[in-house]
Amino acid sequence: MITKSLHKRESALAKSKKQLEILSNGIFQNGELPTFKNKIAESGQFPLTAKKLEILQINVGYMCNQVCSHCHVDAGPDRKEIMTRETMQQCLDVIKNTGAHTLDLTGGAPEMNPNFRWFVEEAAKVGIKDFIVRSNLTIIRANKKYYDLPEFFKKYNIHVVSSMPHWTRGKTDKQRGDGVFDASIQALKMLNSVGYGMPDSDLKLDLVYNPSGAFLPANQASLEKDFKRALKDDFDIQFHNLFAITNLPISRFLDYLIASENYEDYMYALVEAYNPTAVKSVMCTNTISVSWDGYLYDCDFNQMLELPVNSKVKHISDYNEELLEGRNIVISQHCYGCTAGAGSSCQGSVA
Amino acid sequence: MQKTYYDPADLKKFGKISEWNQELGDKFFEYYGKVFEEGSLSAREKSLIALAVAHTIQCPYCIDAYTGDGLQRGITKEEMMEALHVAAAIRGGASLVHGVQMMNKVNKLEM
Ligand code: SF4
Ligand code: SF4
Repeated sequence: MITKSLHKRESALAKSKKQLEILSNGIFQNGELPTFKNKIAESGQFPLTAKKLEILQINVGYMCNQVCSHCHVDAGPDRKEIMTRETMQQCLDVIKNTGAHTLDLTGGAPEMNPNFRWFVEEAAKVGIKDFIVRSNLTIIRANKKYYDLPEFFKKYNIHVVSSMPHWTRGKTDKQRGDGVFDASIQALKMLNSVGYGMPDSDLKLDLVYNPSGAFLPANQASLEKDFKRALKDDFDIQFHNLFAITNLPISRFLDYLIASENYEDYMYALVEAYNPTAVKSVMCTNTISVSWDGYLYDCDFNQMLELPVNSKVKHISDYNEELLEGRNIVISQHCYGCTAGAGSSCQGSVA
Repeated sequence: MQKTYYDPADLKKFGKISEWNQELGDKFFEYYGKVFEEGSLSAREKSLIALAVAHTIQCPYCIDAYTGDGLQRGITKEEMMEALHVAAAIRGGASLVHGVQMMNKVNKLEM
């Protein structure tokens, strides 16, 4: 089990440039597999352009209490990149005027940002329709000071989206660390007990499933059925929807793919499962991702690859939704992860 | 000439069998696709059956394919191994149940 981020280990793959090189070389350079650009051009979908903004996703920092082996953020306790209150204030100014219907806070573990609660309180005042916090569940059990998070989320009508790689302990702990399964189950029980995830409850609790290895997720609806049945039968836990998300070949997952000699097969599998219909709904076409230091990206993955938006507007301080609309999306071969099978986004399948 | 009978890369070329007989190839793949759809049996149950059969007929392509398929569906390795024991039990049982034939024959021939 890994305990440190690639950054802390000073791994070559901690550098986004190195990751982008890998994604452009080898099988994609020698023509064995088509580049993403050429693939989407086949169906006349190049360049990908941004439509009207619907989701504003803000990454409030890369610090996390966990060090999951598949993490595309390379998050962990050793990451010190944390959004400041000033940048949060700039985000709030944007949130007040945005046309987006969804505000999506992510990390790392967003709750570990010292200004997290203040930010949620302020942002909730704006009254955005869907206010998501991506919580890794174990944070709720990590320290006494987090025990009241379910109540806090409830108070601001937060839509909680949590990761749960499997309904069994073995698979969960292998991907996310020893003890993660039990802590997650406890946290889910706490969320259920305040009303989250209960049938007909307005307190939304959705789960995110990532495959725990070098394979793609199966059909989202049937996975949801299996998760629901197992969590209900074994632990009397309920939730609303399951989002099946494909692991993108970047950061720690890329590191794992290479170390386990699965990289080429995985890229083959992604390209083989390429679905031109999913291209129309990839999340970068309706999302803006803001990094901890206020820079703008087409998605959280591009943020980690340090591929900024292709627009005059680069930073939250000079944010302009009209100018950002219609921008060309910055792509590379990692994008195949969003177009495989039923497609994949932070909201699960798209096609 | 390749040096081994089986090449993992050949699995990806399965679809090419249609090139030499489009009609039958198409019919086969359509049928194949239909068989594995959600029905009275769930797609998950069918995947486990396929895995057990794959081991019974000892087809390396199918073992490769349905191990991957099982992982995708969230089937655990414990469930996969149990399915294999079902296959092994039937296979072993099939040998042993013929023992009755042997016993009948012996009983008939021996004084
Ligand atoms: S996957 Fe989520 S919970 Fe795991 S290390 Fe990354 S940010 Fe933290
Ligand atoms: S990785 Fe980002 S830029 Fe690429 S298709 Fe997915 S959402 Fe769009």
